[in-house]
Amino acid sequence: MTKQEKIRLLEKQQEKINLIFENIDHWEVIDRVLKNPPQQIIDDIVESGLRGRGGAGFPTGLKWKFAADQKSDVKYVICNADEGEPGTFKDRQILEEQPFKVFTGMALCAYAVNATDGFIYLRGEYNYLLPFLNEKLAEFNQGLKEREMNFSISIRSGSGAYVCGEETALIESMEGHRGEPRNKPPFPVTNGYMDKPTVVNNVETLVYCTMIIKENPEFFKNLGTRDSRGAKVFSVSGDADVEGIYELELGMTIQDFVDMFGDGDTKAVQVGGSSGFCVPRKDFKETIIGFEGVPTGGSMMLFNSSRSMFHVLHNYLEFFNEESCGQCTPCRVGCQQLLRGIEAIKKREKPPAYLDELVKLAETMRIASKCGLGQSVSNPFISISENFREEIIF
Amino acid sequence: MSPTSMLVREAVLKHGKSRQSLLPVLQDVVKSNNYLSEDALIEVARELDLSSAEVYGTASFYSFMDMKPCGENIIRICKTITCYMKGKDNIIKAIEDRLRIKLGETTRDGKFSFLAANCIGWCHKGPAMLINDRVYTQLTPKSAVQAIEEYLHQGDKK
Repeated sequence: MTKQEKIRLLEKQQEKINLIFENIDHWEVIDRVLKNPPQQIIDDIVESGLRGRGGAGFPTGLKWKFAADQKSDVKYVICNADEGEPGTFKDRQILEEQPFKVFTGMALCAYAVNATDGFIYLRGEYNYLLPFLNEKLAEFNQGLKEREMNFSISIRSGSGAYVCGEETALIESMEGHRGEPRNKPPFPVTNGYMDKPTVVNNVETLVYCTMIIKENPEFFKNLGTRDSRGAKVFSVSGDADVEGIYELELGMTIQDFVDMFGDGDTKAVQVGGSSGFCVPRKDFKETIIGFEGVPTGGSMMLFNSSRSMFHVLHNYLEFFNEESCGQCTPCRVGCQQLLRGIEAIKKREKPPAYLDELVKLAETMRIASKCGLGQSVSNPFISISENFREEIIF
Repeated sequence: MSPTSMLVREAVLKHGKSRQSLLPVLQDVVKSNNYLSEDALIEVARELDLSSAEVYGTASFYSFMDMKPCGENIIRICKTITCYMKGKDNIIKAIEDRLRIKLGETTRDGKFSFLAANCIGWCHKGPAMLINDRVYTQLTPKSAVQAIEEYLHQGDKK
């Protein structure tokens, strides 16, 4: 297929599945919902099988249910727009093109769990969006007021810390502290922002909630697979014929994906950003994109045979070194040692077998790190160093 | 009152005196001064009734809160893998040559600081950079230098 043909085919597919970027009348959805009991929303989201789209994949309906079950006068809804995972840029585009669908998702959640305040935690790199979003928010908040809904949304900015995308670090940051993740439990649904029950959802998750409520849970459930219901927005970059943001049904194989997006010479796909898994060519056919195979927050980076996987891994490790909050030893020291370790092997200061020691260290980090950042460093490290061992040691 | 105290007071008036206001207040100071001076940190601490160590400790966590003086305009070039693959090194070289500084430095006239950033979310249109809040994508050495020159000939900031 030529590039033009691929683009045309993708456009055709987007006509079939276009939940995220389709224009809707969001007030119609809100007005309809306000006539039903809040429990109805939670039941619908649970029924749809939607799992969080930020990467961790926690069932959204359950999260809302837990928060709704908490007895508290004050509850919060936070939209996590601290999209920092390398290779991910879909949330930015969603906020740019469909801000009202994001706000609507937050309002639906607020109604379902009985929350009073909403926040969007927007990463500092997207500050250029602030004037636009504030203008749209003013309009939206006014609309909620007219409907006598006791809920309003405001924006908080990040300041360039990747780890603040972790929900408890995000809450710490919002409370005016260093963005250091907390121990879990307790989870934010019981003890979140200002120690109140808090729902933290990714931008894309909230838009799917809006669409599930607008349509019905079955329509969403019928997309995807048993473990990965629905569709997902993918951020495609790297050595690809077609790059950009595409909404696709979950459950496709990497092979299908590569056939569509790759440049014909794809040797590996990094699924889920730098904290995700590297899938080598030999596994393309068997690997499913979804929670039963390789889970993803949407980042798909393609590498062709001109790329050195050593450099790829080196770049990821430099990234983790800078972004580790430094609070727990396994992650702080582990990231440093993994980076130094592969450098030492490359320079022949350490024997190739040292890589096995490093893999053990990465496994330890997975078990012993406090939050998802340190725990997931092992994903790229082990998947790259096992599948491309020769590139790392030679 | 010094300009810094005025600035801090204004920010505190806008965001409030609670601990949750700390980041928004610091962000406002950074927006105006491009960095957090010792004076500014002490002033914020006093206004919010926190220890200055606490304020410093919090601020130093965030990479967009510089503690040393930065140029009027801050260039942040993305160094993450996709931008790397698309030739960010050539862009860096072109900017270094044009500004006659190395990555991580500030020009002598104080007009520009040239810094690297982790993924800024434009991987499909790399190489990408930010100048202040503005995004520049699909850079070539030529277009990067052009972008910078726009600021060079500008008297006022932004």
